[in-house]
Amino acid sequence: MKIEDLEKKFQDRIDAGEKIEPKDWMPEKYRKTHIRQISQHAHSEIVGMLPEGNWVTRTPTLRRKVGLLAKVQDEAGHGLYLYSAAETLGISRDEMFRQLHTGKAKYSSIFNYPTMTWADIGTIGWLVDGAAIINQVMLTRTSFGPYARAMVRICKEESFHQRQGFEMILTLCNGTAIQKEMAQDALNRWWWPSLMMFGPRDEESPNTEQSVKWKIKRKTNDELRQQFIDITVEQAKVAGLTIPDPDLKWNEERGHHDFGAIDWSEFWRVVKGNGPLNKERLKARNDAWDNGEWVRDAAMAHSEKQAQKEELKKAV
Amino acid sequence: MSNQEFPIWEVFIRSKNGLEHRHVGSLHATDATMAMENARDVYTRREEGVSIWVVESKNITASNPENQGELFEPAKDKAYRHPTFYELPIELKHM
Repeated sequence: MKIEDLEKKFQDRIDAGEKIEPKDWMPEKYRKTHIRQISQHAHSEIVGMLPEGNWVTRTPTLRRKVGLLAKVQDEAGHGLYLYSAAETLGISRDEMFRQLHTGKAKYSSIFNYPTMTWADIGTIGWLVDGAAIINQVMLTRTSFGPYARAMVRICKEESFHQRQGFEMILTLCNGTAIQKEMAQDALNRWWWPSLMMFGPRDEESPNTEQSVKWKIKRKTNDELRQQFIDITVEQAKVAGLTIPDPDLKWNEERGHHDFGAIDWSEFWRVVKGNGPLNKERLKARNDAWDNGEWVRDAAMAHSEKQAQKEELKKAV
Repeated sequence: MSNQEFPIWEVFIRSKNGLEHRHVGSLHATDATMAMENARDVYTRREEGVSIWVVESKNITASNPENQGELFEPAKDKAYRHPTFYELPIELKHM
């Protein structure tokens, strides 16, 4: 079959709502786009453990500690589901790690911001996980089977992340004036970077059209961002916090909130490696990998030894 | 020794007795014992299962999607394998 015919057949399957499985024929660009997107999503989960791990030893109560530990452990699990999904497309786990460690692969820029106060941990759960959920709920219907299945699993677990974060924020808002101020300060710092999580505006996002056609994405960056803003405005009201955007207001005609201009120069600065913590994050991942080498080697050696023992037993 | 990737294992979980084991995903481990421990941590953090199978991926033989036709199409024109193919009188209440 000619490549055009194969591509036509492939698009017909997508249009008919069929899922694509790893061994099916697919255009090379579909494969590459998925490897890039799924591995970057996995890297985000793994790097995403760092800002929160920063506070595990300093939680105010035991209740918060078990919650935060469980959340960080989930992020590790989510990274593993996603790496597995990407591996079905023919890239090895080690190659993905190499791409992360050398800076070739990106991860979500939001994790290059520091967690300076305890309120930042609540705000991450509320806003960052909230934004991630909006994106991930859409991805449960993505056209590539293993990615969609990983997303279903992740979405089931993610809702607890957002709720524990928002509960933390509510607790601070119902506390002393200083505690409430802390929550407001965290919102002020995380609001705009959270909006940037959805990626560049549609007209600046050249891949969106193809991604929508292949049903990799079911909604555009701007649609998802708008959805997030509309939902979050209501949540901020419940907490009694002010969203740091003087232009934010309900637009009756559109049925959505209008919002102020996003500073895209900041977005690109952080994406290109010059955010507050890009270098520290990458160093932490590289150190973990390098310092874990002897453990991986020992595990492998142990298993080989056990297998040899088994062989000997059988031979006797 | 270094840079040697751990083998891939497929994980199957029985969510409760009475149901079959179902494929849930994969993971890397040096041997079956580690695969079992990792499967517990990665796939059953919220009581998702009562039983786990792990199988090294290289031991699975999978059908090729290119053979879809020859494998599965022959079943398409065999409607006589289904109960609805057979016509029975309406008066017959149970069968």
